[in-house]
Amino acid sequence: MTAATDYTLAELCIVAASQSFADEGETLGTGIGVIPRLAASLAMKTTNPDLMMTDSEAWMLSEPNPVGKRSADFVPATESWMGFSRIFDNVWSGKRHAMLGPTQIDKFGQSNTSALGGTYDKPKVMMLGARGFPGNSISHPNSFFVPDHNTRVFMDGECDFVSSIGYNPARLPRGHSLDDIDIRLVITNLCVMDFGGPDHQVRLVSLHPGVAVEQVQKNTGYPVFIPDTVPTTEAPTAAQLDIIAALDPHNQRAHQIKGNPPGNRALTEA
Amino acid sequence: MNKQMTAAQAVAQLRDGMTIGIGGWGPRRKPMALVREILRSDLKELTVVAYGGADVGMLCAAGKVKKVVFAFVSLDFIPLEPYFRKARQSGSIEVMEIDEGMMLLGLRAASWGIPFIPTEVGLGTDIITQNPDIKVIDSPYDDKEWVAMPALKLDASLIHADKADVRGVCQIAGPDHYMDDWFARAAAKTYVSCDELVETDYFHDPAQARMVHWERSMTTGVIPIAGGAHPTSCSPLYGFDVPHFKAYTASAKDDEGIQGYLNKYLGASEDDYQRNVGGLDAIRAIELPSY
Repeated sequence: MTAATDYTLAELCIVAASQSFADEGETLGTGIGVIPRLAASLAMKTTNPDLMMTDSEAWMLSEPNPVGKRSADFVPATESWMGFSRIFDNVWSGKRHAMLGPTQIDKFGQSNTSALGGTYDKPKVMMLGARGFPGNSISHPNSFFVPDHNTRVFMDGECDFVSSIGYNPARLPRGHSLDDIDIRLVITNLCVMDFGGPDHQVRLVSLHPGVAVEQVQKNTGYPVFIPDTVPTTEAPTAAQLDIIAALDPHNQRAHQIKGNPPGNRALTEA
Repeated sequence: MNKQMTAAQAVAQLRDGMTIGIGGWGPRRKPMALVREILRSDLKELTVVAYGGADVGMLCAAGKVKKVVFAFVSLDFIPLEPYFRKARQSGSIEVMEIDEGMMLLGLRAASWGIPFIPTEVGLGTDIITQNPDIKVIDSPYDDKEWVAMPALKLDASLIHADKADVRGVCQIAGPDHYMDDWFARAAAKTYVSCDELVETDYFHDPAQARMVHWERSMTTGVIPIAGGAHPTSCSPLYGFDVPHFKAYTASAKDDEGIQGYLNKYLGASEDDYQRNVGGLDAIRAIELPSY
């Protein structure tokens, strides 16, 4: 496979994020947001044809739907009903891998989707609420996508509200071990990370082309474990780009990362 | 038994301080005509249990709400519900914030007459630390701790269905009935608005009967209101009203706030409301969303 030279950062992130779903076999892949959804869709079309996906509404599909408005004669490849109540039956079975974008992610991998600042009774900023994060985080593997890697998302200290369980020994439920918690990849506009460092410390997995280690650390509010060698995030292949384009005919991916920069930032800065 | 009634008659059966479940999900198939009738009433101090959208936001903004039991309150394409946000940020409401699935378990427990359902969901999160009423218990069968999700007993539920007969057989033909069957079961009384009233023999076709998700014994009142879910969607009949939700959201930034929105749209009856939003034909013409 030949790597493409002309690709956007969004496309690089989609390909990197699709790795989350590559080895999952027959499991429900849920990507919330355009890039996570395209990542799961790409995995289903390439590395993991056994992956299961829904139409983000109420049907399970045997082929992922293209994102956005579809032509009137489009026929989705439905294979079963999968309404929201049934989603929870699936979540609690553990046969799911979700990729979501919380507002805060702390050094334990705990995340916040609920409220920022102030007190719990009177938060400074009320957000969505805990949604399904508590259940997802203790029931099945999860990955995160962060379109703007900065110290507000990866903040110092603990999340203002802990929506999802992470590798925090102080909050570990009795009878559980930290290994019961399964946070996989964290894909950002700078790099790919995981929680595979010593004692589940956040670890740099790969750097996007043209990004330096220092940039990642500077934009993360807690120490990132840096292995001796850090590879560059693999560039998309031409075949992958074609599949992504077909899955996203309205180019919604161009609006997911501020300024829609090219995937290899060294090229623009040189 | 003929259960047909008006929205005003249904709301007249509600009392201050009641715990009210509201069906639907975010901006989808909410019993908004019944919510609007509450907005026109003197009801107050309600505890609202919902997968919330503008139903929760409007009731909070109008001062009807003491407490919200929620996992999210969102308009989906507008992620943050403007008036729920205001209510939270001003500290004017109590909350019980839980996981989406915990709400389902709480409704099931209430439906089945059991005090709680054990689950792992919530462990290790602030759902537990911020809800002292939700207990973490030992299991008689293993050495782990478990969350005892309490029954969410409802005094009444409000639901919007596509079709119903006067006996309370309700059909949801859209792709998802969400947790509405559990809202119906968990409540002492369930009031269902419907877009269309049908004869009982409509359900003699098994394909139609297949889309009935609870028994008629769970339905207390049937309120025919075509377009009654507006501005939320009622798939397959109509989508949610994006411009209307944008205007609603923008109103939260005006000096008048919700009062300006209500003055413009609410009216003294649902007929008034529908005139103010362009009429039933305009509602029925709203395109379904693409997900």
